[in-house]
Amino acid sequence: MPDAERTPGFATLSIHAGAKPDPTTGARVTPIYQTTSFVFDDVDHAAALFGLQTFGNIYTRIGNPTCAVLEERVAALEGGTAGLAVASGHAAQVIVMHALMTPGDELVASKKLYGGSINQMNHSYKNFGWNVVWADPDDLPSFEKAITPKTKCIFIESIANPGGIITDIEAIAKMARKAGVPLIVDNTLATPYLCKPFDYGADIIVHSLTKFLGGHGNSIGGLIVDGGTFNWSRDKKYPMLSEPRPEYQGIILHETFGNFAFAIACRVLGLRDLGPALSPFNAFLVLTGIETLPLRMQRHCDNTLAVAEWLSKRPEVLWVSYPGLAGDKYHKLAKKYSPKGAGAVFTFGLKGGYDAGVKLVSSVKLFSHLANIGDTRSLIIHPASTTHRQLSDAQKVQAGAGPDVVRLSVGLEDKEDIIADLEQGLSTK
Amino acid sequence: MNHDNYSDNYIRSILNTVKTIAMVGISPKENRPSYFAFKYLLDRGYRMIPVNPGQTAKPILKQKVYATLSDIPEPVDMVDIFRSSEHVLPIVEESLRLTPRPQVIWMQLTVRDDEAASLAEKVGLKVVMNRCPKIEYGRLSSEISWIGVNSRTLSSKRAQNLGTGLQRMSLGKSDKKDAR
Ligand SMILES: Cc1ncc(COP(=O)(O)O)c(C=O)c1O
Repeated sequence: MPDAERTPGFATLSIHAGAKPDPTTGARVTPIYQTTSFVFDDVDHAAALFGLQTFGNIYTRIGNPTCAVLEERVAALEGGTAGLAVASGHAAQVIVMHALMTPGDELVASKKLYGGSINQMNHSYKNFGWNVVWADPDDLPSFEKAITPKTKCIFIESIANPGGIITDIEAIAKMARKAGVPLIVDNTLATPYLCKPFDYGADIIVHSLTKFLGGHGNSIGGLIVDGGTFNWSRDKKYPMLSEPRPEYQGIILHETFGNFAFAIACRVLGLRDLGPALSPFNAFLVLTGIETLPLRMQRHCDNTLAVAEWLSKRPEVLWVSYPGLAGDKYHKLAKKYSPKGAGAVFTFGLKGGYDAGVKLVSSVKLFSHLANIGDTRSLIIHPASTTHRQLSDAQKVQAGAGPDVVRLSVGLEDKEDIIADLEQGLSTK
Repeated sequence: MNHDNYSDNYIRSILNTVKTIAMVGISPKENRPSYFAFKYLLDRGYRMIPVNPGQTAKPILKQKVYATLSDIPEPVDMVDIFRSSEHVLPIVEESLRLTPRPQVIWMQLTVRDDEAASLAEKVGLKVVMNRCPKIEYGRLSSEISWIGVNSRTLSSKRAQNLGTGLQRMSLGKSDKKDAR
């Protein structure tokens, strides 16, 4: 081991953070603790665990040692104080909102989000009495204008799905700080290898592990990271953290758990009561994926830049929206927030419109036509006919998913093969 | 001593050396952080002595409560201060008058008094401020990793069980040369 005071680098953390050898067997790779429950040492130990007076394992809905390694791993990679693994990226978002919002409260969210998140916020949140107010990352003052006394948080994506949009995290973090509300950043498309939102003032990070962190298209999962920066006790706006909790004999979570209280609130109130726990098997697969995250992300970015450059010279292509391209609208922001590469997901427009999009996704042979991103395999989709179908035409265009738009998630195959497949797809009559 | 950033070895050597801890300002209420920390450290094998002038009538977790540090009839290795910063100085001054003197003054999360710290350091005591010994024990023993907290420690050696239950881990050995 390097000496204790050395700060390990990103690749080292990707492999080692959270994963000491198993304390009972010495197993070097984190075991899959495929169990619902854990025996108590004695009655007193059980009481201490349920009362949050000691650290430990009770029941896999609340915590599991395999999932815990994943939580610490991602928290370490993001530079946060603690993590919480849940069943999906969407579950991570709901659990975060549940800890912050009460009926009648508002959240301010970027218009440029994954279509599923727009649906979740527009429709499902209404049933909880949480109201979303949309703001435009291309018009930063619109965030400030959207903030009211009822606002409890701001939600953005670092690199937004599907459009290859880079959000100005630092500028929005300043507005959040001024308003006294936390900034939540969905860092799914960037991963901490490309972008570290806490360095720019984010307070909470959410991930869909399903994408690049897992990286192999085999597991759905989500993760919440607590930045440890937000003062939950400044006013009474966040009673889950600052007020005595009836669920736990009057414990005040912020006072008791300090700079990782938000992650604890999400676990012992949100995950415990709403229930979307991650399976330890999925946690194991994602952990294995993360071990190679820096290698994979760099190759994803290098392949993607080559594909984007090639597409931008094609006669069938009207435009390419990839912030890694020198002329792109978001190139400057990409250089600041994602200097090693602008990710592997981007969109381009076909001169032939909706029909040309449908034709391309039907004729490719290496690219898989499916509704995911962040796989070793190259993926293609025509959002207007699939993921963004539920949105109105205006919302489609706003979210970067108009009728002519095709989205790629460029994989880790040889870039020559990826380009050859697009070439044959585009020339198919 | 840099009180913004303690090395893991500094903290580990303190928690590995001290055996008797007097906790000043402990609450008898089961839902208070001081009670949590007291109970946790008691469970990890420390001799814990509660100090609170308003609570001497009844023991806390079977431990007799003393009104002041000077009332404790046995040597104390560490004084753990669970009072807000403005109350720290007289407690440190009283600690320094004890014979034998404690080896460590520890101030809880959010508690800090640099003047009191330098008084104690001048006569050879170790000082920790704005930290919780329960959290630090949990972090260095890896127990805290069970609840997804970033322990900021990496190791290819397995954590050792404390031997008093399945879910109680030991701190591991301190590296003497770095335990300044
Ligand atoms: C940016 C982003 N956030 C969140 C999600 C939702 O994640 P999950 O599918 O794991 O619920 C997705 C999924 O596509 C996404 O791309």
